[in-house]
Amino acid sequence: MADGNQPFVQFKNVQKTYDGEILVVKNLNLDIANGEFLTMLGPSGSGKTTCLMMLAGFETATHGEILLDSKPINRIPPHKRGIGMVFQNYALFPHMTVAENLSFPLEVRKMNKADREAKVARALDMVKMSEFGGRRPAQLSGGQQQRIALARALVFEPELVLMDEPLGALDKQLREHMQFEITNLAHDLGITTVYVTHDQTEALTMSDQIAVFNDGKIQQLAKPADLYERPENAFVAQFIGENNTLEGVVKSIDGETCVVTLDDGSEIDAKPVNVSKPGDRTLVSIRPERVEFNKDRLHADAHTLKAKVKEFFYMGDIFRFRLSVAGNDEFIVKARNAPDAVRLKPGEEIEIGWLPADCRALDA
Amino acid sequence: MKFAKLMVATAAFGMAAGAAHAADMATDMTLVSWGGAYQSSQQRAYVEPYIANNSGVKVVWDESSAEAVAKLRAMNEAGNVTWDLVDVVASDAIRLCDEGLAMEIDPDSDLAAAPDGKPASEDFGDLLVSDCFIPQIVYSTTFGYRTDMVGDTPPTDVCAVFDLKKYPGKRALEKRPINNMEWALLCDGVAKDKVYDVLATPAGQEQALKKLDTIKDQVIWWSAGADTPQLLADGEIVMGSTYNGRLFSVIEEQKQPVAMLWDAQVFDLDGWIIPAGLPADRLARVKDFVKFATDTQRLADQAKYISYGPARASSAPLVGKHADLGIEMAPHMPTDPNNAKNTFLYNYEFWADYRDDIDAKFQAWLAK
Amino acid sequence: MSGHAEPETGPILASDGTPLKKRLARSLRMQKLRALALIAPLLIFVLVTFIAPIADMLFRSVENEIVSNTLPDTVAAVSDWDPKAQELPSEPVYQALYFDLFLAAEAKEHTKLGTRLNYEQVGISSLFRTSGRKLDDIGKVYEKWLIGLNPAWKSGEFWNELMRGAASAAPDTDLLAEQRARLTALTDDPMQQDIGFVPGSEIARILPLTAREYTANALFIAIDKNRDISKRGPWEAVYTALAVDLGDPEVQRAISGYQGPGSDELRAAAAAIDTAPPRDFTAAMIKVDKDWAKPENIQAIKIYSGKYTAGYYLNAIDMQKTLDGVSERPENQQIYMMLFGRTLFMSLLITFSCILLGYPVAWILANLPLRTSNLLMILVLLPFWTSLLVRTSAWKVMLQQQGVINDTLVWLGLLDDASRLIMINNQFGTIVAMTHILLPFMILPLYSVMQTIPPSYLRAAKSLGATNWTAFWRVYFPQSIPGIGAGSILVFILAIGYYITPEIVGGTTGTFISNRIAFHISSSLNWGLGAALGTILLAAVLALYWTYDKIVGIDNVKLGG
Repeated sequence: MADGNQPFVQFKNVQKTYDGEILVVKNLNLDIANGEFLTMLGPSGSGKTTCLMMLAGFETATHGEILLDSKPINRIPPHKRGIGMVFQNYALFPHMTVAENLSFPLEVRKMNKADREAKVARALDMVKMSEFGGRRPAQLSGGQQQRIALARALVFEPELVLMDEPLGALDKQLREHMQFEITNLAHDLGITTVYVTHDQTEALTMSDQIAVFNDGKIQQLAKPADLYERPENAFVAQFIGENNTLEGVVKSIDGETCVVTLDDGSEIDAKPVNVSKPGDRTLVSIRPERVEFNKDRLHADAHTLKAKVKEFFYMGDIFRFRLSVAGNDEFIVKARNAPDAVRLKPGEEIEIGWLPADCRALDA
Repeated sequence: MKFAKLMVATAAFGMAAGAAHAADMATDMTLVSWGGAYQSSQQRAYVEPYIANNSGVKVVWDESSAEAVAKLRAMNEAGNVTWDLVDVVASDAIRLCDEGLAMEIDPDSDLAAAPDGKPASEDFGDLLVSDCFIPQIVYSTTFGYRTDMVGDTPPTDVCAVFDLKKYPGKRALEKRPINNMEWALLCDGVAKDKVYDVLATPAGQEQALKKLDTIKDQVIWWSAGADTPQLLADGEIVMGSTYNGRLFSVIEEQKQPVAMLWDAQVFDLDGWIIPAGLPADRLARVKDFVKFATDTQRLADQAKYISYGPARASSAPLVGKHADLGIEMAPHMPTDPNNAKNTFLYNYEFWADYRDDIDAKFQAWLAK
Repeated sequence: MSGHAEPETGPILASDGTPLKKRLARSLRMQKLRALALIAPLLIFVLVTFIAPIADMLFRSVENEIVSNTLPDTVAAVSDWDPKAQELPSEPVYQALYFDLFLAAEAKEHTKLGTRLNYEQVGISSLFRTSGRKLDDIGKVYEKWLIGLNPAWKSGEFWNELMRGAASAAPDTDLLAEQRARLTALTDDPMQQDIGFVPGSEIARILPLTAREYTANALFIAIDKNRDISKRGPWEAVYTALAVDLGDPEVQRAISGYQGPGSDELRAAAAAIDTAPPRDFTAAMIKVDKDWAKPENIQAIKIYSGKYTAGYYLNAIDMQKTLDGVSERPENQQIYMMLFGRTLFMSLLITFSCILLGYPVAWILANLPLRTSNLLMILVLLPFWTSLLVRTSAWKVMLQQQGVINDTLVWLGLLDDASRLIMINNQFGTIVAMTHILLPFMILPLYSVMQTIPPSYLRAAKSLGATNWTAFWRVYFPQSIPGIGAGSILVFILAIGYYITPEIVGGTTGTFISNRIAFHISSSLNWGLGAALGTILLAAVLALYWTYDKIVGIDNVKLGG
């Protein structure tokens, strides 16, 4: 077992190229602590799956080292790494029953029959599928297959489990339910989990840590709340959650606040994140739910912007408005459907503003 | 079927009543032959001059002679005979006649007389082996050997085939009992005129197979006429049986180191049959053609293109030089006195009776 | 809901009042009919080009009507004869044989029967052919005798009047119909035209044989030769029949009271019967061909007289029909069982080598990027675009003793020039050439099945701890079995029916049963035996298919995803 100080999984300067021309993974450094649930999140082609495959041993790193429990594993073939894996389409062997599927990793480890049966039963019980041992995968529903795939990846008690978009094929309700189950299971068993997804909600709800991938690089590695509330660059801000952006130039910086002159000349307060000096071009980012159009709630000298209501969407628990702000016609504002909530009408002209801490001046 | 018969009958009446008019003849004719050099000799010697005299006649060739009997039988059962004139070997002609698939002919009225006025029946003589058969050529199945593989003593005797000591190496024989059984008996001491009497008995058949046993593991069995010439050219065999025309082309046209063994070669015949049940207009045309194509000059002309002997006695003196090679063809004819010193006459009647029986035994022996 | 109450029991009605079940049945029937109409072209095509020929083949393998159609009376007469007595059959058999054969020879059907029976008994072919030619001689003596008595017997007119009987006499249409049927069976022609002649019933009763033969003569001449019987004297068999009739005391008695046309001439002839040549058909037939004295020739007619025969099937399994029932053929004629066995064995071997060679190729194809695999697929399909003969002949060039492989081995010094390998004209040559030719039929289904196996299965297995081999053997291979099944069935069934390749490269030890079938269909023309062999082969294939279904399960066969 890894001791508490050493990261359990380590990527050191890992690069990967398939064709010798384009790097799909660019100099990746990533530490994963023991027992951590880490999600690799990113759009397709961002290199997250390649990283997972390199960890599993199905791809080899072109450069750099991957360490598992402080031991380099680059030269260890996949079947000796002892890593459990759940595949996107579950990869349950169609010609074997559920029990045979689960028994397979134990058989190849030459475990005796009695032990095998005990472990299979326990694993089935763990995913609440005890009655389904005799069925074929094709006779199971998507959610059931998903559980069996999970049980199979865990039955041989690996210390690390990799999951490659395991919930992609499920419908929304089932997916939410499974997210919950998987996190619980992972935490109960205390195993390190690397989870790949392109679904940010999934990542936010399940993970201890999220590594946002884009263009072969980790854009930000952070806890879910930090990632949402404190994105470090424009990509992360855009990719995680809904986000409004406005372009402009930094006018002045004063510690934790800065003033940004937007391209239409109006000014706005923001928190400087990726800007260092006045004159830098910036993309200010503000979450729709942090936009305030009730002037009383802003402090007196806060900068405000003129906005014109374009559309109103009634969404039940929230109201959603599309505004035209400083030349951006896709500016979204959300308000809770509270008894005192204002319903703006299309065409109405209002003023909006926000707390400088909620508006982050990021790289352009 | 019935209708066709009536038509034939009516046509026969018409013919008897007077000379058929050209207008009553079909313009298309489907001739069936063997393909290759033989068919093209027929095209050049018979068809081209005929078309020159009868413009508007179109001739289509079908290279199906090898399966002619089976195909004609199938056509006849289907009631749609599309062939007008079929080139077959004599034994097939006998079978077609037996099966009622070929039309009986009257040589003296259906075929042209010799230039000296001798009727066709006399000019063809014994070669009219069946009532339906119109003889065309005489060919022989004989042996060719590699001159560079027989040392200083080239074989002169057919029994060299059975002499593995003097002529080691593979030999090619046809994959059927016919001819092979006769040669085996001849080389096992049976007199030539007794061969078929011996072969008619089970003991004689055993004797022939026993003789063939002595060379069995050195034999490559062929089933297509082109096999032996190819095997000779490749040097796969030291000697092999095939048709003399094929050997002529290996020796004279391809200039391979191969020579012909003119001994106990088996004389056989090839000729035309007219399918039974042709409609009157097609029958009239085909009769007109066949009378022309088997006259003395035409049969002699064919020998310009291929080394098979004309079936008419009166054609022999007219055989000239090869049209392309320019060599004198008479010495290459199986009928040439120098070549025909020791020939073997194929017994059609015998093989019609014994073919199935001896073939069963021969195939069982082969497969052992 | 609506106001009017549905009856609680009774059928539920559709909106137009008809019972719902009926409506449903009608609409389903319409659907079925439409579906049937859509597949009708294929159905008809398959029926005409596939089912019908197979049915025809099955029929031919047992059909044997030719014997009883050609020699109906002989077959009837010979049924009483005990061939085991080693005596020649009695005179009535030969008499029936003469009349049957005479008519058959006139219709030129006798040589067909000769060919048929020659498959069973050596020499019958020429016996029938020569007999057909010389049979006229038998009747000529009676014709000469009758004409010698009275030149009127030469006249067609006279005969016609005689056989019609008196103008008042009732016509015997039954006899006419009977002879029509006899000729129809013999010639396969309907023979239904009106011939302007009906025998008189009285004369037919007095001269039964003569009337019979004359009617047959009249029918045949009128319909087949398009000639009037009264224009010329009848054929020899009629004179013979009259001579036979007149020798019968019953007939002589009946004639004495007869008053119809020609009765005087008849009486005169009957009176002079002692001057007639003897009516000894046994001797006459043996004189025509001495082989008629051999009981085995008549035996062959007796054994194969049935309308249907198992003879072809017996022949096809190296058995034969004898007087003592079924027995094995002599050992020097047994070949078919051995060939069946060899065909099955070699086809299995070829199938197996196709799996062995095709599996890795299909695997590579299925796992390469599409562009590369398409290119390689062209290489796999390339042999399809070359003629079978060319491909097989290419193997000849490769494998023969002076061929490419031997030359190379000798040149490399691996082989002594004197000990060149024999790789062709034997089983090895057949297996090599046929494996090559049939390989695409294995690769294609394998490829299409393998394409549907996602690579993640192998990865999953490996991630679960399986080595490459275990992952392949336990996870990949079982999923590719449907492809192997489909490929094997294709290759095996194709191999079992191949004959061109074995014929060219198989020599004597590498030929298949199909080569014999081809020989009997196109060369020996023994279609019955060919059909029997083909039927047995078909049955063997079906039996193997059934076994496969039982063991592996036919739903475990896939031609693709």
